Amino acid sequence: MPHVTNSLRASNARDALNAREQGSRRPGPFRRAGDVWRYRELLINLTRKELKVKYKNSALGFVWSLLNPALYLVVFYLVFQVILQSGIPYFPIYLLSGLLPWNLFSTGLGGGTTSITSNSGLVGKVWFPREILPLASIGAAMVHFFLQMLVLGGALIVFRYAPSWEYVILVIPALVTLLLFLTALAIALSAINVYLRDTEHLLELTMLAWFWITPIVYTYDQVADRIGSLYLLNPMVSIVIAFQRGIYGRTSYDTAAGPVKIIPDASVWWYLRNLAVVSVASAALLLFALWIFGRLEDNLAEEI
Amino acid sequence: MGAAIEIEQVSKRFKLYREKPDSLKERVIRFGRIEHDEFWALHDVDLTVDHGQTVGLLGHNGSGKSTLLKCVAGIMRPTTGSIRRVGRMAALLELGAGFHGDLTGRENIFLNGSILGLSRVEVLRVFDDIVAFAELEEFIDNQVKHYSSGMAARLGFAIAVHVEPEILIIDEVLAVGDEAFQRKCLDRIKQFQREGRTILLVTHAADLVRQICDRAAVLDQGRLITVAPPGEAVLAFRDALLKRGSELPDELNDPSIHATKAVTITGAGVAYATPDRAHAEPGEPCSITLRYHAPDPIDDVVFAINIFDQAGNLLLGTNTRLIGAEIGRVEGDGSVTFEIEHLPLMDGIYPVHLGSHSWDGGVSYDHRAEKDVLEVLSHTQTHGTVYFPMHVSVDHQPR
Repeated sequence: MPHVTNSLRASNARDALNAREQGSRRPGPFRRAGDVWRYRELLINLTRKELKVKYKNSALGFVWSLLNPALYLVVFYLVFQVILQSGIPYFPIYLLSGLLPWNLFSTGLGGGTTSITSNSGLVGKVWFPREILPLASIGAAMVHFFLQMLVLGGALIVFRYAPSWEYVILVIPALVTLLLFLTALAIALSAINVYLRDTEHLLELTMLAWFWITPIVYTYDQVADRIGSLYLLNPMVSIVIAFQRGIYGRTSYDTAAGPVKIIPDASVWWYLRNLAVVSVASAALLLFALWIFGRLEDNLAEEI
Repeated sequence: MGAAIEIEQVSKRFKLYREKPDSLKERVIRFGRIEHDEFWALHDVDLTVDHGQTVGLLGHNGSGKSTLLKCVAGIMRPTTGSIRRVGRMAALLELGAGFHGDLTGRENIFLNGSILGLSRVEVLRVFDDIVAFAELEEFIDNQVKHYSSGMAARLGFAIAVHVEPEILIIDEVLAVGDEAFQRKCLDRIKQFQREGRTILLVTHAADLVRQICDRAAVLDQGRLITVAPPGEAVLAFRDALLKRGSELPDELNDPSIHATKAVTITGAGVAYATPDRAHAEPGEPCSITLRYHAPDPIDDVVFAINIFDQAGNLLLGTNTRLIGAEIGRVEGDGSVTFEIEHLPLMDGIYPVHLGSHSWDGGVSYDHRAEKDVLEVLSHTQTHGTVYFPMHVSVDHQPR
């Protein structure tokens, strides 16, 4: 190659470094993860695209992403505080500290599941690691999540509500665990949905049920009192109560009939242990998801 | 030079469902088994493309050429066999795949660039070139949904060629835009070739194959039937098409197909200045003789000759009418000789096509292609394509 340009040489060297011999065999989960990492810039761009496109021609734009939890807040406040008199103090803050991570989970998983089918044009015509698509949906959901968290933070300041400083650190491992769990599910479901379009409809129902078996509008102890720590078999329980402990912080409140428990009054370690269990299970699930994704990818372009 | 693309024993099976069983209900009813027909889009295809080579893929609709391209591009995975690629690849299976109508041209350049594997910094570096190449300076901040299809395709091509791929995969995307833009695309592809990049392209245009490909592969019903120099491959492709009785695309509709055989060309030969040599030296005379047979008397025959270079560029195309030679009435056997006084060509092998047609060119009688060549060998070290006899005069001015 006598006239190879400099940039070509540079990329040659880079590819040689990767020792890239593109075979047509199925790459293993770790190789897949590596491919995703090399295409991280595409991930960022697709996330940006998803956000831009969603609010391109709307006047309110990102405000819409705040209106959804706001409406939930109003409805649940009326139903649980005013009508059912649940009595949880600072109910809006309790609700939001569980609802926001739940929203991240449900929008990320909903968008992730349909991400490949809704980008069929792209999948049939260009190669890139397909896992990028569900990941971009999660990325977009995360941007909404952080915006909503900012508003929640603002609300805490306005109401002069201090979280328990000792436990607030739990928010970080809880978020990491949530993302790991969400990623594993979204990657697996995105590929399955190509073959079985029922998945997305089934998911809608599942998410509705899942919301109500997770202590977001009611408290952990209302269920745990009956079934004990079996309740922790729902991975979202460990995650949501860690968020609640970190942000809301109150473990009980007093009534005329005595104190009522809200969130388990356990040590940071108890919460971390629960999160660790979910994380390890999610990591295993993620490997499995990448593996099954690889198998289903065989015929992805023609099935879509 | 090693192989840039190695395709080994690749087969691809598609499942054709009579009804697509997307729903869980049907899967349950049929216990997970779904009736389907199998269809092999590719059968044991072997093809190696060396670094720096340009290979064309020819085939009728449904011959599997796009499937093969998708397998090479990694979009589909072969059912059996393996494909190895070495080097950065850009695949152009559809211009502007991944464009989003709601985003502006500018935003789409960044998005599409990263789909093709460019970083933001790399896109920034070539951004102005892309816009200039696509000739979209005024519209770059408009939403792509307001672009015409030609504009979008131009933008897509412009991005892809600025990715600086070592391997470029193109699927019939050059037929977009006006002639000037096509010219520009072709120039770009030729520049790629000079830079030693590897190109695999699917096209229907036989001309294009002759012009830019080093070799061409012909697919027929998923089987590779020929891998040969462009001219031969185009002929094999035409034969395959004729065999299945399909309509020939316009590019292949050359005169020989509809030749009436009123004056057939029965043979041809090239004679050089020195009879014991099978080549000419630059500037030597040579002659090309064609023998014809006319079953019935014909008054208006014209014999034509086209001389190409190896890249398929036409060097000279003329006929007996243009030269001013009177053929008169032909009947039975005879021969016509084109004499070249000084062959103005340097080293190389130059394919010669011969033909016979009516005076106005409206009716083709016969056609003889890919069979004869002029061969030129030079014993000097002067190089190039065209031979200019040259003299040197020296004017020394002694002090």
